[in-house]
Amino acid sequence: MTYLLVIGTRKGLFTARSEDRRTWRVSDPHRLDEANDAGMSPVYAVGIDPRTRRLLVGTESWQFGPSVWHSDDLGANWSEPSTPPIRFPKDTDGSLTRTWQFAFGEEPGTVYAGVEPHALFRSTDGGDSFTLVRSLWDHPHRSDWFPGAGGGAIHTILPGTLGSGQHSPDAITVAMSTGGVYQSADAGATWAPTNRGIVAGFLPDEEPEYGQCVHKVAAAADGSFYAQNHHGVYRSASPAAQGWNRIETGLPTDFGFAMVAHPHRAESALNFPVVSQEVHLPPKNRLGAYRTDDSGNGWRAINDGLPEEPYFGIVLRDAACTDGAEVPGFYFGTRTGDVYALTDDGDRWHQVAAHLPDVLCLRAAEV
Amino acid sequence: MRVTVHLPGLLRADADGAAHIPLEFDDAVVLREVLDELTTRHPGLDRRIRDDQGRLRRYVNVFVDQTECRATGGLDAPVPEGADVRLLPSVAGG
Repeated sequence: MTYLLVIGTRKGLFTARSEDRRTWRVSDPHRLDEANDAGMSPVYAVGIDPRTRRLLVGTESWQFGPSVWHSDDLGANWSEPSTPPIRFPKDTDGSLTRTWQFAFGEEPGTVYAGVEPHALFRSTDGGDSFTLVRSLWDHPHRSDWFPGAGGGAIHTILPGTLGSGQHSPDAITVAMSTGGVYQSADAGATWAPTNRGIVAGFLPDEEPEYGQCVHKVAAAADGSFYAQNHHGVYRSASPAAQGWNRIETGLPTDFGFAMVAHPHRAESALNFPVVSQEVHLPPKNRLGAYRTDDSGNGWRAINDGLPEEPYFGIVLRDAACTDGAEVPGFYFGTRTGDVYALTDDGDRWHQVAAHLPDVLCLRAAEV
Repeated sequence: MRVTVHLPGLLRADADGAAHIPLEFDDAVVLREVLDELTTRHPGLDRRIRDDQGRLRRYVNVFVDQTECRATGGLDAPVPEGADVRLLPSVAGG
């Protein structure tokens, strides 16, 4: 079995391959188009279609704008649709700034894209073309959503679940900064905020109905959720019915960006703490990951294999993932260009890559 | 009237490799009309130059002869007979 890791950085796209998830072969930067600079600029979103293994990459050129490229041969060749795949309709005032997230629906060919400005797009042709999800764009709350420090975007899309045991092909959960968590039970026709219990320390009402700066939500194996908030780590079996409960006891801080749920064990997840909203550095200047195996009642550090010297690169919201394998692999990359891999049957991180540009996003799969 | 559009190397792939594209118009035109004609001939250029709402991208500079268009009306800048319209990537990146 070969494992593929797709790595989006501030200076382009890389891939890495491994048979054992310990030793990795890292590519040169992918030149998506030999004729221009596409792909050598920031790559904030990558996706691997679980059915077709099509790779999707959200690129942006400082001068010539964002685009979406895809590869149907695991990165050997790349294509950019002749018509911009993600484009705001003329009757909106929107224009695509950045693609933040790709997620794949249960129907073959269904791909969601979360973008900046706050919007959700849906494709039914595998990502060749996307259509704006009007119900969320027209949501009466939208005028109250404002950009966080990274920009105003829908950065998390979790198709198929509204909570533990609430699986449905029509279910979609999204998260945005700011705005918080919204859920749809009817395939995106209607949306409701489900943020009860999540704080927003930057607003006069610290527990508003919506407006939170939720940094990342991860769906657990049973359909429940873990969330890393702008201060506060949370768990919810059912956001609409039960709200969210804080679970950061045992972590060195309650701030961070990334959260990865175990693909098969609902009680397990990984978190990557950051000092605070003011100090975006690893706690005690030590690179570290933390794991819970009891739904957040406790956390333990998993640091074997990571640098022991002072370290200053943090893990951004989409720079951590799992490959979803039977024995899952977990991966993260840092803003100082290191990428690490850990398998669920091991306790030691293995370095995938070093000295890359800032790692912005990662996705992994068996191929 | 005749206008010649000059493309930087990074955009030529979207114009079949052309570096200089002569355009003919019956009447006086503004820059928007020049870009409309240019992107009608080469649709792949439009996304590079203008955003989803047709606004000039922030870091694309368009010089009409020696003057950057934003100083003379942006997309409504007049383009005189015989003008050279140069599309240039601005100073950006990092």
